[in-house]
Amino acid sequence: MATEIVERSAAEIARDVNAGKLSAREAADSALAQIDAVESRVGAFLTPLHAMAREQAARVDARVGAGERLPLAGVTLAVKDNMCLTGTRTTCGSKILEQWVAPYTATAVQRLIDAGAVVVGKSNLDEFAMGSSCENSALGVTRNPYDLDRVPGGSSGGSAAAVAAFEAAVALGSDTGGSIREPGAFCNLIGFKPTYGRVSRYGLIAFASSLDQIGPLTRTVEDAALVYDAMAGHDPMDSTSIDRVADLTANRLLESLSGLKIGIVRQFDTRELGADIDEVYDRAYHDLQALGAELHDVSLPTADYGLATYYLIAPAECSSNLARFDGVRYGLRVDAADVQAMYEQTRAAGFGPEVKRRILIGTYALSSGYYDAYYVRAQKARTLAARDFEKAFEDCDLIACPAASSPAFRFNAKSDPYSMYMMDYYTIPMSLAGLPALSVPCGWVTPPGGTRPMPMGLQLCAPIFGEKLLLGAAHAYEKATQHASKHRPQVSEV
Amino acid sequence: MSQTITRYQVVIGIECHVELKTATKMFCGCANEFGGEPNTKVCPVCLGMPGALPVANGVAIRHVIRAGLAFGAEIPAFSKFDRKNYFYPDMPKDYQISQYDMPLTLGGEVKYWREDGTMSACRLVRIHLEEDTGKSTHAGSGDGRIAGSSFSLVDFNRAGVPLMECVSEPEIHSAQDAVAYLEALRRTLLQLGVSDVKMEEGSLRCDANVSIRPAGSTELGTKTEIKNMNSFRSVHRAIESEFARQIEILESGGRVVQETRGWDEVNGVTHSMRSKELAHDYRYFPDPDLVPLEIVASDVEAMRASLPELPWKRFERYTAEYGLDPKQATQLIDNSELAEYFERVVTASSHPAQAKNFVLGELSRLANETQTPVAESKVLPEYLAELIALVEAKTINSKIAKDLLARMWEGAGSPRSLVEAEGLAQTSDPAAVESFVDQVIASNEKVVADYKAGKTNVAGFLVGQVMKASRGKADPALVNDLVRRKLG
Amino acid sequence: MSTEKIDVRYVAKLARIALTDEEVDRFGAQLGDLLEHVNRLGELDTNAVPATAQVVESRNVEREDVVRPCLDRETVLAGAPQRQGAFFRVPRIIAEK
Repeated sequence: MATEIVERSAAEIARDVNAGKLSAREAADSALAQIDAVESRVGAFLTPLHAMAREQAARVDARVGAGERLPLAGVTLAVKDNMCLTGTRTTCGSKILEQWVAPYTATAVQRLIDAGAVVVGKSNLDEFAMGSSCENSALGVTRNPYDLDRVPGGSSGGSAAAVAAFEAAVALGSDTGGSIREPGAFCNLIGFKPTYGRVSRYGLIAFASSLDQIGPLTRTVEDAALVYDAMAGHDPMDSTSIDRVADLTANRLLESLSGLKIGIVRQFDTRELGADIDEVYDRAYHDLQALGAELHDVSLPTADYGLATYYLIAPAECSSNLARFDGVRYGLRVDAADVQAMYEQTRAAGFGPEVKRRILIGTYALSSGYYDAYYVRAQKARTLAARDFEKAFEDCDLIACPAASSPAFRFNAKSDPYSMYMMDYYTIPMSLAGLPALSVPCGWVTPPGGTRPMPMGLQLCAPIFGEKLLLGAAHAYEKATQHASKHRPQVSEV
Repeated sequence: MSQTITRYQVVIGIECHVELKTATKMFCGCANEFGGEPNTKVCPVCLGMPGALPVANGVAIRHVIRAGLAFGAEIPAFSKFDRKNYFYPDMPKDYQISQYDMPLTLGGEVKYWREDGTMSACRLVRIHLEEDTGKSTHAGSGDGRIAGSSFSLVDFNRAGVPLMECVSEPEIHSAQDAVAYLEALRRTLLQLGVSDVKMEEGSLRCDANVSIRPAGSTELGTKTEIKNMNSFRSVHRAIESEFARQIEILESGGRVVQETRGWDEVNGVTHSMRSKELAHDYRYFPDPDLVPLEIVASDVEAMRASLPELPWKRFERYTAEYGLDPKQATQLIDNSELAEYFERVVTASSHPAQAKNFVLGELSRLANETQTPVAESKVLPEYLAELIALVEAKTINSKIAKDLLARMWEGAGSPRSLVEAEGLAQTSDPAAVESFVDQVIASNEKVVADYKAGKTNVAGFLVGQVMKASRGKADPALVNDLVRRKLG
Repeated sequence: MSTEKIDVRYVAKLARIALTDEEVDRFGAQLGDLLEHVNRLGELDTNAVPATAQVVESRNVEREDVVRPCLDRETVLAGAPQRQGAFFRVPRIIAEK
């Protein structure tokens, strides 16, 4: 029974809880039981929240009992631990915030709670969301539920693993350069990054403010749409949140792609990724066509410069955003004789190597004499990235490409920083342009030397504010192909 | 020394930080109030808590634009906020949201006047908007200074208060002018209602850049930046002291070092604040948490049109049109309620000179005596205008006017009604006055004899007697004239 | 674009991060590699291109000047590494602002 509940989609749970066929308490208890059963192998959570989940579930049951209908009634939710939730430890996977308890709740999280979601835990991430494997977490190891020897992806690796391992029905992640889409692809999930500004960033601990965006990781497109619908929209607490009504998406899901033009990016040649992977994407593009879409060859001439652009802009913003972790008001402090030494020792002890690298490169890029050569030039390149997409979307409604260049890799496989950065090659251009994009399961490959088939993700991308079409099309593709259900996670094998 | 001084010219630029008067802070809804229990006026935003985001206070933005307009500044159509990155314990985010290359206002000038009434102006470089920091109290040393302190205590109540930075060109050439500049700046901002501008509460803080050069030279010398001046008087003293110090250095063959110097109020000297701090590299960049500002030209024009009469214009009007001396004009400008009262009396009476005499003279004396502001007194401006009209028409003389004013202060109401009810109108009918004169001459034979014997100064006594007989109502000039004529 | 070697010690000072000698070498090399990659941006002709600081096109987002509740002081100070009474306490400050 428990297994059955945890494997249900959010849409099914909400429907049953609203109908009185299932209590939110039952849904929460089954997820908590699953956490207790698999967490020692998966490690999705930094802080499971059993007591809070039960309290929230009781409130949902009371509200439903009083006649309310909640779009996410009883839907268990994992929250990436860079989002504030009052009274819970909010660590960013960093030693510098290891003991910090948030005194307020992020807008996106609050909206989901208000919609009936039940938070079962705060999930692991690469420290301050900087990474693509979750290996940069200073506070825990998260494993890929489909192969426990492999990474779940990152930085929203804990969120992805939790949903893939049925520890939560849905999860929130944050995506700066691919941190929702890549772990989504690695863990056989929908990983959806909305248009920049669609979801409030208030309470999301910033990595790179002009790129960060909260989005869902779910097992179905419909669930992603439900979560998105519940949290999208203007927030007066976030100046960059878009002040226009977000289209509802969950009731606009498509069954076919007929009449749609889908662009295939000339610069993203999947033959370079190896025969197995090439075949997966080739097949995916054909499936899109079979569903009625017209495929168009489109060009993103500056896509190859995306990584360089991103690795100036994101670190520059991060170097400033992370200055506040200084040992004065909260978080770790390493005592020293004077305040300068206190800063330096605290930050040396509190940040891991990847965070330090990015702070250093960002500080350098903004420093006197280099600002124009690096930061301003990157901002100009960012303009070109956005123009590339504008031009491409003159010829198509959506763009399809890989979400990642490989399936999930083994731990410690990417020893030099740059090879890890390359994991975001396909996701960064959309981030630079602020576009909505998602990854949807599109097939399985058994990596060289691997024993288990691992999921691959197809990335779909829409013009700005195109969430409705994006999710609609992804739903048609998902329903027709059913790739996600072809294999079960290793962790749920008996 | 004074001869040496004339061989040098001091060059002063002033940088002011002004806390704006708003209900809330610059980027969050915490109350913008002076003081309070430490760390009680704070929220996740102004404490720089992880995940918190700023949202700009529109009133603060408009305050700065209004200030710019008052100084004749250009209001660019586009502006933005930038981050100024540096670490300091009372700066919550370890960056300050400020404005770097696109401030809200550019240029303009502050017109100021000196004690002698001459008008001058100092151009502004720019005015920009930023957030204030918290406050550090340096402890463990006894004197509250950084040097020698062993730890500091931080209160963030002030963190995030909207702060306007107003930078002048270096074109002030005396400590007196520096103070006059600051006075004019303060008066203007006060009048606009954009700040309390209180140095004692820190809502006005200023630093002075001081350099010297040989008189006649146009090149700028090496400047020092003077900080920690907490009154206009200390600004004056600090600049004088720094001027003298720099002269002494040059006269003894030395070179002025570019540095920050702190004003020591007690010992009347500036001291070097050189520190081990790294060379500053603020790494400004546009704040990605805030969106740019597009300033709509029609809004700017509406704001410009709604500006009140500025202090320097009022000063010119008071001195040129109303004949006030610089001190009187300044006195009125610094007391806006009294000035408004004065203006209403002038309007109602069309007689600025009398209005000035009454308002700054007898009325201000009564106000001081009773500790009641003139504007709140029972002497309505219309009543005072009536009184002036009665005096001007010679209906009453100044003695009666003074008595009446005292009664009006007590609440006697309209002077015209009093004059009519009590028959206080001056008697100017020559026949009536003549009869009083005749009576007095008849009953003072001895005095008349004295006069005729050459003691002409007794005429005054006789005039007094006539005034008394008329109960003060006779026209003194007419009485005087008649008395002398009758005595022949 | 600049190809000069990054002064890791200076940058780390600006960023207030103490580095060991080993870290200076390691980060220096890694940052050098990354800079070499980002220097590729020099291949793009960006002369006539405006800079994009943000992709959202919003302007003039303002808050009403209305007071909202502050945090309770105990909550404010709850996370303080060191407090003294109602204040946050920090070690000796060696430089003025």
